[in-house]
Parts: sequence; structure tokens; C-alpha cells
Amino acid sequence: MFSSRPIVVLLSTLASLLLAGGAFAADLATLVANLTLGGFSERETAITALATSGEARAAPILEALAAGQLYVRTSDKLVVIGKTDGNRLALSEAITGKAAGSAVEADLERVRVNNRLRGTIEAAVGSLTLMSPSPKVRLDAAEALFKRRDSTALAALDLALAAEKDQRIKRSMSEARAAIVLTTPESTPAQKLEAIALVRERADRDSLSVLRAAASSSEGEVKAAATAGAGAIEQTLGAWQAAQNVWYGISLGSVLLLAAIGLAITFGTMGVINMAHGEMVMLGAYTTFVVQDVIRTSAPHLFDVSLLIALPLAFVVAGAIGILIERTIIRFLYGRPLDTLLATWGLSLVLQQAVRSIFGSSNREVGAPSWMSGTFQLGQLNITYGRLWIVVFSLIVFAALILLLRRTSLGLYMRAVTQNRPMASAMGIRTPRVDALTFGLGSGIAGLAGVALSQIDNVSPNLGQGYIIDSFMVVVFGGVGNLFGTLIGALTLGVVNKFLEPYAGAVLGKILVLVFIILFIQRRPRGLFALKGRSVE
Amino acid sequence: MITRFLWQGMDRNLRLFILLVLAIGILLPLSNQLLPVGSAFRAPSWVLQLVGKYLCYASLALAVDLVWGFCGILTLGHAAFFALGGYCMGMYLMRQIGTRGVYGNPLLPDFMVFLGYKELPWFWHGFDHFWFAAVMIVLVPSLLALALGWFAFRSRVTGVYLSIITQAMTFALLLAFFRNDMGLGGNNGMTDFKDILGFSVQSDTTRAMLCFTSALVLAIFLVIAAAVVGSRFGKALTAVRDAESRMRFLGYRVEGYKLFVFVLSAAMAGIAGALYVPQVGIINPSEFAPGNSIEAVLWVAVGGRGTLIGPVIGAFIVNFGKTYLTGALPEVWLFALGALFIVVTLLLPKGVVGLWNQLNSRSRERRARAVA
Repeated sequence: MFSSRPIVVLLSTLASLLLAGGAFAADLATLVANLTLGGFSERETAITALATSGEARAAPILEALAAGQLYVRTSDKLVVIGKTDGNRLALSEAITGKAAGSAVEADLERVRVNNRLRGTIEAAVGSLTLMSPSPKVRLDAAEALFKRRDSTALAALDLALAAEKDQRIKRSMSEARAAIVLTTPESTPAQKLEAIALVRERADRDSLSVLRAAASSSEGEVKAAATAGAGAIEQTLGAWQAAQNVWYGISLGSVLLLAAIGLAITFGTMGVINMAHGEMVMLGAYTTFVVQDVIRTSAPHLFDVSLLIALPLAFVVAGAIGILIERTIIRFLYGRPLDTLLATWGLSLVLQQAVRSIFGSSNREVGAPSWMSGTFQLGQLNITYGRLWIVVFSLIVFAALILLLRRTSLGLYMRAVTQNRPMASAMGIRTPRVDALTFGLGSGIAGLAGVALSQIDNVSPNLGQGYIIDSFMVVVFGGVGNLFGTLIGALTLGVVNKFLEPYAGAVLGKILVLVFIILFIQRRPRGLFALKGRSVE
Repeated sequence: MITRFLWQGMDRNLRLFILLVLAIGILLPLSNQLLPVGSAFRAPSWVLQLVGKYLCYASLALAVDLVWGFCGILTLGHAAFFALGGYCMGMYLMRQIGTRGVYGNPLLPDFMVFLGYKELPWFWHGFDHFWFAAVMIVLVPSLLALALGWFAFRSRVTGVYLSIITQAMTFALLLAFFRNDMGLGGNNGMTDFKDILGFSVQSDTTRAMLCFTSALVLAIFLVIAAAVVGSRFGKALTAVRDAESRMRFLGYRVEGYKLFVFVLSAAMAGIAGALYVPQVGIINPSEFAPGNSIEAVLWVAVGGRGTLIGPVIGAFIVNFGKTYLTGALPEVWLFALGALFIVVTLLLPKGVVGLWNQLNSRSRERRARAVA
């Protein structure tokens, strides 16, 4: 579509650029006045002239013109930029950028543009920004040009390239130039081959489409080189895609890990099947909601640290409720795992209904602090900060838990009671107290998970139910009583799930994972990393 | 001879109980059909429907008790067998609609027309015939139970692990049946049934017949269960529950015992589900929800696991409470259900029947002491 643009634009841009800074650089006022006079073809010349003036104000004026926001005030013939502000237009002087009051549209005359002029303006602004003093603007302009492959900008690009000092921008510009060369029919095969080599190294989605287009529009050696280049890029992109899937998988795995890790303690080391575990997660999420609610009403400036405040509170709330549950219900049921399953299921119903009665059954809004929103690019990977923090957080929780179990006296007692209760008791460990603390710890970690999950899931009374089956799968898959098994299990299941999704769809992928686990348990009834020895039975 | 064998498997209480179930199953429908509308003794149709539903739940509870109470396999997926039986019946009922659907398509059920199906999926063929559906109602749940049980019992997956994989099974089925691609109605399931065996499902006579059939089936299940439990096989089963390793060392093939009772129980659950669907008029994937299976386990626990009367009583008590509370005090229901789970496991490990026996034996002791 760009090839249909009249060659005159190219020539005029070229001519004026060559003369930029010279005699033609009339003062800004004249240039701007020229914009408003004459017909469309005169206006086109005026645009080009303005673009090549190198004036800092040229870009905003041209952008306003393209957006239809450039006006001439009828009363004093002043050229103004008008931005909609309620019923009136807020004006600023085009030349100085100073505010110039406001006016209704009837008192102004719009400087008209048509689609052809918009194209010219776009190209003109593109070349303007290529010469901009700000490196970021120049880089963005080069990147935009690579995507547009606008042959009219070739001359401007050459000039900018000659003047460019920054290596990175220079590279980006030469890539854009190569892309344009490939789309220009006049380029020689040698030029094209050189361009293909350059574009091929870029290896992203845009360069793939450049090379594909080149392959379909050319012949002989060039076609072969472009096809080969496209193939190579496809391979690289495939690898990036796989890496992206791995990242999604790790991200899902970290969520599973967070949900399952508390369960790994209560189920894995105590043999208690806590079906109310999901509700502990839910309580953590609701704690976050309450904290944010309080902050919103009484201390809005603390919003960014709301999650940090919520973390210890969620741990304490869920942990305290866990200890309460252990003291009132679970302790009568040790050695009867199937009974704990039923009792805690009942408990989960009670907790859900309690939360529903207090907070209502609809979803509650939990906001993300500013440091958790947004994304960044790592190579071709799209990574959201929220997910990244959750991955980091789950690993921190995991590491802290391992340290607690291995390096503290409480951890020592816990392991002792797990391995041999009568002996631990004989050695003077107060086993009931250790039981309560272990259960409280598992529940508290579920509360921490709730804080993290409130960022990615709906905070509703049913939040926990969605995780309980998955969590059990992770613990059983990884091997009961083995925290590292839980880590590996969670990450494996997450990654497998995400790799199945593109082929099977999300739901079928999940079904396949469940079936896989059912079959896996047949092969290894005690999970991936089974505990061996007497304590197993 | 067989009748004598069956009769001997039961004690006096159970015989009376079976007669009671049959009496309910005969008298309620009869009163509905024969007495004039407005008579004080006439059971209204909604009572028939409700009792019929409870009877199906009771059959499901009995099936759960057979594996959990007598063989120690805590299954958290029995509602899946129930729902599969229900889906088979639902498919038969869908085929009976014929051209009376909204779209009036003679070949395809409404939801398939809606989803743009061109022809009937292969697994729907045969469901036009009741005998085929009846065979499938037994076969589909049994085969699933056979496959799962064969794998699981052979690799000695026991206790909690078995509970978790049965739960995974029902969860996977839940997700699968939610998909429209399954060709089974997806999210909405199947409903708007018209006829069963040529009789309208809406009519009172059909309701009465269904209620009676449910009672009859429950009575037959009780007889079968009593025969299984009372036989030598049943003794071995209980022994597997109490000391699996010892049975293995004694040379019993534990897997075989478990597999038999698991498959039998799944078939019973399937039949119960099939009777349930025409009475409630809908079958959808939510029947597979893991919570349903766990609730069925609660019925058994409330009534008394390891007894045959218990699950039936438990199913009636809990479901009556559910019907009453969800109507009268909806927000209290989940509190009550949750509390019931906790109270029963903590205080009533033998359920209502166990409590009754305990009270009985205590008063007998007191009487004996008084005499002495």
C-alpha cells in the first residue's frame, strides 16, 4: 500500500532533507502558517518542509494535524492545537506550546487533512523522530519503521544512519533499512542477500514475516536465502515458544507448589488428610482483602506494601485457625486418616459458609500493587511481574520451610515426632504441642499461599476448592513426606499441563494430567520420591 | 435353595427392614393412585418424587457401604458411577423425545442441533432401545470400576491413595463431561425428557411406578448385599478390611475380593443413578462433583458403616435434613452438613445404628442387673 504513494513525497523529502539546516530552513512561524494555507498539494509540501526544519515543535504540530486537532482561530488567525475538554476545546499555541484559553468549535477553523496527507505526515514524523535528540525516540522510530517497511523513509533512514553514533540504534536502523530494501522492487539481488543476512540475525516474529514476504516475492538465490532464513528464524522462534511454555509451566507449578506445600506438611509428615486446606488458602486471600480494604479507607499511601502487611497477618490468621482445628478436632483422629478426611471436609464446608455469611458470596476485589503489575521482555519471552513475584515467593517459602525443618529445634522435633512418635515422646518431646505447631505451620503456609493467589484468582468462598484436588495430586505425585518431591512434582505437573494445553486445550490437558497421575500412582503407589523404611507402613 | 441361602444371610432386623422398605414402596404409590385427591392419607406426587429420590440415594449409600464398610476401601468417586448410570438412562430418555424437541429434529437431540452436529455420535447408537440402555447402565460403571480397580488393587494402592485416585477419577470425568465435544450435552446436560417405556415421565402413574421400582431395587440390593456379606466370601472381605496383609500371607488373593465387591458396588450405584434421572428429570455434569461422592460417604457414616441398615437410614436422615434446611434456612444448611461430618466422625464412629445398638445393650444390661 505504501508503494502507491506518489513518488513525489519521496523526492521532496529527500530534497528537503539534503538541504536541511540550510537556506530553506525558514522560521517556524512561516512554516506553520504555510500549513494552513492553500490546497492539499501545497499543504503536502508545507508538511515536508516543516518536517525537515529540525524544529523541536514540528513533531507535536504534525501529530496534531494528523489527528485533526490543528485549528486556526477565526478571531486572530492564530494557529492553535485544540484538545477536547468537556464541551469546549482547550487551546494551546501551536508554535510556542503555551496555553491559549479555550474555545468552542464554531470559533475555530480546522486545518483539514485527507488520508494521503495522513500518510505523508506519518512518514514525515517518522523521519523527524529518526533524527530526534532522544535515543529512545530514535530507537522506537527505527523499530516502528522495521514493522512498517515504509519505502519512502529509506532516504531519511540513510541520513539518520550516517549520523547515528549509538551502536544499538544503528543496528536497529540498519535492520529497518534491510527490511525496506527487501520490499523495494528496485534493489539488486546482492543488496537483498545482504539484507536477508541482517534480518535473519534479528530472529523475531517481525523479521519472520519480512523474510516470508521476501521469499514469496523474489526468485532464485534471493528466494532460497530468504526461505532458509525464515526456516532458521522459525526454529529459533519455536525454541522461544517452548521456553515461554516452560515459563508458563513454572508459573503454574509455583502456584501449585504454594497451594500444596502446606499440605505436604500436614498430609506428608503428619498423615492428616486436611480437606480444609483449601479453605486456609481462602482465609489467607480474604485476609489480604481485609488488609487492602483497611488501607484503602485509612491509609491509601500504604497500598503498595499492602501485600507485605498481609503476609504475616495471613500466616497468623490461618495458622491460629489451624492450631484451633488441631486442638479441637484433629487430635482425636490421629491414626484414622480416612476419618480426618471426612471431618476436615465438613470443616471446609463450615468455613466456606462462614466466609460466605460474613463477606457475601460474590468475588472480592483484591488489587495488585504497582510493583506487581506490568510485563517485561526477556529475549522473546513475555514475563509479567505478578507471575515472576509469585514464582520467587513460592521458592522463598519453600526454602524457608526447608531451613525451618532442618535447622531449627522445632523442625527437629517435628521430624522426630513424624518418624517415631513413642520414641520422641520418651525423649521428652511434648508431642501434642509439636502436633499442634506442625498443623499450624502447614495451615499458616496455606494462608501465605492465599495472599499470593489473591493476585491471580478470584477471591471468593470457593477459592480453596479449586486447589484442593490439585494439591493432593501434587503431594501424592511427588511422594508423601518428601518436600523436594513436592517441589519437583508441582513444577513437573505445571510444565506438563502447559505443554499439553496447546495441543489438547486447557480442559482436556487437565484431564490428561489427572489420568496420567492415576496411572502413575499404579506404577509407583508411593509417588515419585518414595520414603523407604519402616516409617512408611 | 437360593432363596433359602438368601434368607439365611439376613438376621431378623434386616428382614423386617427390607419389608419396611417394600411397604413404603408399595403403600405410598398405592395411596397416591387409589385414594381420591384431598384424602388425608393420600401421598401427594411431590412426596412420591422425593421418596423415590431418597430411595435412589439410599441405594447409592448401600453401594458405598459395601466397599467402605465391609471392605475398607474409602471411595471418593462413587457418585461418578451413579452419574454414569444416570447418563446412560438420560441418553435413552433423550432418544425417546423424537421429534418433540424444540427443533423437532427426528434424528438428533436438541443440544446436538444447537451445537451443529450433523450426525449422531457413534456411542449414541443403540440407546433407542431400552434393553440396550439397561445393559449399558450396568456395564459402563462396572467396566470403569473394573479398569480402575484392576490397576489399583493389583499395584496395592490402598487407603488414602485409593481415595485420592477415585477422587481424581470423578474430577476428571466432571471436567470431561463439561466439554461440549463429549456429545453428551456439555454444561447443560440432558433434560426435557418426555417418555420412559412409552409412559410420560410427568404423569403421576409413572412417578408412582418409579418410586415403587426404586424401593424394589433397594430391597433387592439389600438382599444381595446381605447375601454377599453373610457368605464365606463376605467373611473374607471383612477380614481384608481388618488385616489386609495377614489375609495376603494366609494365601488369599486380596485383589480378587476387592475387585469383585468394587465392581458390584459400581453396578449398584449405576442402577441407582439410572432410576434417579427420570425422577428428577435432569442429568448434568455437576453430578460428578467430588463433593457429591463425599456426601454419599457421609450418609454411610451417619447411618453406621459396616451395617446394611445404616446407609439407608443415613441417606434418609441427611437428605431429609437437606431438603428441609435448604428450603427453610438455606444459609444454615452447609453449617449443619459440615457440623454433621465433624460430629459423626468424632462422636458417632458407628453412626445412628451403632448408637441404637449401644443404647439397647446398655438398657439390656441394666435390666439384667435389676433382675439379678
